[in-house]
Amino acid sequence: MKKYLVIALLALAPAWVLAAGGSVPLDKANIDPTNKQSLQRGARIFVNYCLSCHSAALMRYERMGTDLGIDEKLVSENLMFTGGKVGELMKVATAADDAKEWFGIVPPDMSVIARARGVDWLYTYMRSFYRDDSRHIGVNNLVFPDVGMPNVLWELQGIQEPVITTVKGHDGTEHKVVKLELSDPGLQTPREFDRTVRDLVNFLDYMGEPAKYDRRQLGTRVILFLLVFLVLAYLLKRNYWKDIH
Amino acid sequence: MFFIVVYLHMFRGLIYGSFKKPRELIWIFGMIIYVCLMAEAFMGYLLPWGQMSYWGAQVIISLFGAIPGIGDSLALWIRGDFVIADATLNRFFAFHVIAVPIVLLALVVLHILALHEVGSNNPDGVEIKKHKDDNGIPLDGIPFHPYYTVKDIVGVAVFLIIFSVIVFFMPEMGGWFLERDNFIPADPLKTPEHIVPLWYFTPFYAILRAVPDKFLGVVAMGGAIFVLFLLPWLDRSPVKSIRYRGVIYKIAIAVFVISFVALGYLGTQPATEIMTWFARVFSLLYFGFFVALLIIPKFEKTKPVPDRVTS
Repeated sequence: MKKYLVIALLALAPAWVLAAGGSVPLDKANIDPTNKQSLQRGARIFVNYCLSCHSAALMRYERMGTDLGIDEKLVSENLMFTGGKVGELMKVATAADDAKEWFGIVPPDMSVIARARGVDWLYTYMRSFYRDDSRHIGVNNLVFPDVGMPNVLWELQGIQEPVITTVKGHDGTEHKVVKLELSDPGLQTPREFDRTVRDLVNFLDYMGEPAKYDRRQLGTRVILFLLVFLVLAYLLKRNYWKDIH
Repeated sequence: MFFIVVYLHMFRGLIYGSFKKPRELIWIFGMIIYVCLMAEAFMGYLLPWGQMSYWGAQVIISLFGAIPGIGDSLALWIRGDFVIADATLNRFFAFHVIAVPIVLLALVVLHILALHEVGSNNPDGVEIKKHKDDNGIPLDGIPFHPYYTVKDIVGVAVFLIIFSVIVFFMPEMGGWFLERDNFIPADPLKTPEHIVPLWYFTPFYAILRAVPDKFLGVVAMGGAIFVLFLLPWLDRSPVKSIRYRGVIYKIAIAVFVISFVALGYLGTQPATEIMTWFARVFSLLYFGFFVALLIIPKFEKTKPVPDRVTS
């Protein structure tokens, strides 16, 4: 029943939605959320490369500065390109209608994207663009085929070409494996570029839940208190119940 | 967490026969609480307005549409619109924060009042109001205060510790409590690949999917909940507690628990052919338990029940 319902609804949905669930093995992002420098670099990449199309409308510049240890003045001078006050939300100037016309879709908000997609997915996705002249934006993506987003980091990464090899599986069936090779190096070496993406993903993960590390610290104290309380409560109960057989 | 406690409480009632005469009314009130709790949880889950909220509600409300004749109008009436929309969100919010909690509170009062009429059961299944001392105080019982108030403080502490671990360290529980798709805002034009209810509904969801016909599936799912209401009249064995019941009864309970948990797992998985067959087998076992309850007491040899509480 549900299958038919889903099929019926999927038939109505734009075709690219179907493609969203690729089965490409994901690389581990290995982010380090305690690394403030990595988060700061990630924030810089985010505002430079992402924030012109993708908003992060649940986040404020001020909060980002405080959490990442960036001075308020530095934030407004170096990380805010649209002017305005430091307490403002991280919105985009691009109008939704324009964006829809240019990309075929309004670029999604990035505030909680790390929680929706997972960090490994983001890390692999950002590194999986390759040249595809059949598409109007000139690139395609292995993790998210026919994505509407161009490779905004191409300048750093360079241009990747797909290399298709046919591999025989254990059961004798042949299937194609697509590997990406760098044909035109960018400003960064592949190692540097991986670090750049890792910093960016680290920042997105931080933004998904800015209070994550505070919550863990607080949680440890709460649970320690409750453990002490449990011991006392149990001793009290045992004392009251000692004459009940 | 509430559901875990409720499931444990119901299981205790089941194995110690607390639903049996004279406690049918308590069991019925308890079951109504359980159904209200499901409604409360379901309506609350729409409120974050993420993809899974939206599509989960879409699937569940469409179940009402399977009722012949009035189905479509009923689903329309519940939604207040042709799709899940602002009207649905507004009314679910009102129900979730005011209406259902008040009903739940009232039911809890009734549950406790009904309990006071007959007194608590115990693992021996001895009626504590049968033996009283000269002042009319039951010999087999102890007062709730201070004994159980003190004991419950321990229980509350354990509950809060587990609760805090979840809140502070794993609020998403690897996607079991907060699903990934729910971090994407609701979009009526995009269906998530794989819509699953949260874990406390999945046993019934698996039963629903196991039946090929939509209407019969809804009947089976409703029946799976309704049959629990009938429990006091299905199991006619005079012996309450599992302690003094025969081996077959113990096996039947074990099979019932296994099939409930298995159905819960299957409900979270995509409905492939083999999974659907497993779900069918476990659904039959689930309903089979209630049939077995009718038959078992006819030949079961029970152990003698003590007159007084054993130590």
